[in-house]
Amino acid sequence: MSFLPDLFGQALNGLSYGVLLFLLSVGLTLIFGMLDVVNLAHGSFYMLGAYAGLSLIAATGNFWLALLFAPLVVGGIGALMERACLRPLYRRPPLDQVLLTFGFIYLFEDVVKWIWGGRIRSIPSPALFSGSVTIFGATIPSYRLFVIVFGLAMAVALWLLIERTKLGAIVRAGVFDAEMTAGMGINIDRVFTWVFAGGAALAGLSGVIAGPIQSAYPPMGASILIPALIVVVIGGLGSLKGSLAGSLIIGQAETFGKAWLPGASMLIIYVVMALVLLFRPQGLFGRPLR
Amino acid sequence: MDQVTRRRFLGAATLTAASVAVGPWVARSSAQGAPLKIGLVLPYTGVYAVLGESITQGMELAFAREGGSVAGRKIEMIKEDDEMKPPVGVRKTEKLIDSDKVDILTGPVHSGILMGMRDKVHNSKTVLIVSNAGADAISRDRCSRWIFRTSFSNWQPCQPMGGWVAKNVSKEVFQIAPNYQAGKDMMAAFRETFTPAGGKVVAEDYPKLGETDYAPYLTKIKQSGAKAVFAFFSGTDAVNFVKQYDQFGLKQSIKLTGAGFLTEPDVLPAQAASALGIITGHFYTPLLDNPTNHRFVKEFRDKFFGKVPDGFACQGYDTAEVIIRAVKALNGNTQDKDKLVDAIAKVEFESPRGHFRFDPKTHNVIQPFIYVREVREVYGGLNNVPIDKVADVKDPGTGCTLPA
Repeated sequence: MSFLPDLFGQALNGLSYGVLLFLLSVGLTLIFGMLDVVNLAHGSFYMLGAYAGLSLIAATGNFWLALLFAPLVVGGIGALMERACLRPLYRRPPLDQVLLTFGFIYLFEDVVKWIWGGRIRSIPSPALFSGSVTIFGATIPSYRLFVIVFGLAMAVALWLLIERTKLGAIVRAGVFDAEMTAGMGINIDRVFTWVFAGGAALAGLSGVIAGPIQSAYPPMGASILIPALIVVVIGGLGSLKGSLAGSLIIGQAETFGKAWLPGASMLIIYVVMALVLLFRPQGLFGRPLR
Repeated sequence: MDQVTRRRFLGAATLTAASVAVGPWVARSSAQGAPLKIGLVLPYTGVYAVLGESITQGMELAFAREGGSVAGRKIEMIKEDDEMKPPVGVRKTEKLIDSDKVDILTGPVHSGILMGMRDKVHNSKTVLIVSNAGADAISRDRCSRWIFRTSFSNWQPCQPMGGWVAKNVSKEVFQIAPNYQAGKDMMAAFRETFTPAGGKVVAEDYPKLGETDYAPYLTKIKQSGAKAVFAFFSGTDAVNFVKQYDQFGLKQSIKLTGAGFLTEPDVLPAQAASALGIITGHFYTPLLDNPTNHRFVKEFRDKFFGKVPDGFACQGYDTAEVIIRAVKALNGNTQDKDKLVDAIAKVEFESPRGHFRFDPKTHNVIQPFIYVREVREVYGGLNNVPIDKVADVKDPGTGCTLPA
């Protein structure tokens, strides 16, 4: 019945949800910004990550190995998809690419059903974080605290990668103007593949991270895609900072919406999106529209 | 010449009977010996496919016991995937009634599909035996002479739990269910016996259907001061809610109770140890100690590679049992729909769940018992162990005006 612990607890809940959204949407926004592809199959990479994680845990009995290797598997699948299917479509109208990635949603869903079956599965929490802790009167599962710390660390690492390395500079240049970057002698095709694979791997990573909190089932990717797209719109296309800010805003808005106005919790995130579109159509950290 | 005309007449009659049925007399003679067509509108893809599969397997088990035919008519099951989408389910229903001309229809899992197909079934006078969907309305103001239900009304597993929880668990309860009709129906049914027993609903919440993050609600439950929770979730919602409830450390301090679907075998393996200790109300558990159930469990496991039957399988099995008994009572003649309805209404038998019979007032099953079950680790796995029971649970049928 105490207000402050309640407030603090909900803020932590919102933070853990937001961080999860960030890991998912950052790949989507980078692919979007650089390749100009709305990858609707991004949610499928999230699903593939969860299922690859399931199998790796079943094989090794170790959550951490799954967390390391599942994203590599999904990244590999992403690289293949970009090379074999997306590349021939870059010169075609955007709608063709959207249709292609839409088709991949069904393809990946059927592959998952074929390999793992349609039953609901779930990843157990790693033993190290199976309990819950109480901080300032608010109880939170220790696994969610790990998710918060891990996600924020990933944000810093990605920021360093993109802002402080040569590879990052190329990616930033590619987001700004891919053609010009290619003209500077950069093998932009290879960068495209790396960015796409990296984005897919991040989605796979978020699938494993979400595994102990949520269940794994074949259409799971489709239901998480909408909030991820909203984050990208709010944050601004192609912006790392934007996807972090967007995720944290949506995480808090949805969590406090559920806590205080449960009937309108979904409405709230759409209102946030509408306000951003109205007053800053390019998104919080996006480039002004040309 | 007279003989020739007669022979011609007979030949023509046979031809007519073999192709298109024109009059009631011809139709009747064509139906006898013709296959008994049973249409199934169930989910065969997606998360709820396991429910459709269990219901179908329960039916197949009972039909196989009869050698695949009843009263000289071969049983033909026509399965249609409703994808858990009302428009699809309604379309498949129309197909089964209009082009396949099924004798009896069964399904669906989704209450929305049931409400959507209700008028088509009612107006075409097709006999529908509902084998899962629990919408209360089908036993209330939307009841129909042509619709029976072997599964349950949403009210049934929840109403007896109210009094039981107030007496045995706590009088301060937090209620939580998905924000749709079934969720609200079940919470209201619980309160019918909970409040008169001195219980107080501390607070209630209705998250959206398909919610993945219950953290905000769990924090509210923790802060509410409630001593117990009464919940209804199914499918992925049930897995997410139960796992997160455990992760937030609520399981030790606030007892989790609910409608049986919360811990049915379609979700129990994914919930794993998080489900231990949850108390739910349901009309069935494979651990029931009666001879019919022993035989049912054994035969089901033998036929389906060791799979343990769940409540859904029991619903399918009982649906098939109703069909077999009614068609036998009519010697295979199902053309007179009024007689078919009367025969079904009269069916009584020993089901794995207890003595099965329909309520003549609503055509809904009278649950022989609602079992209070606790999830425990027994027989090498997680199981719903019966710990108490309430007998003869009959939907009130408010607003239903079938002849008594």
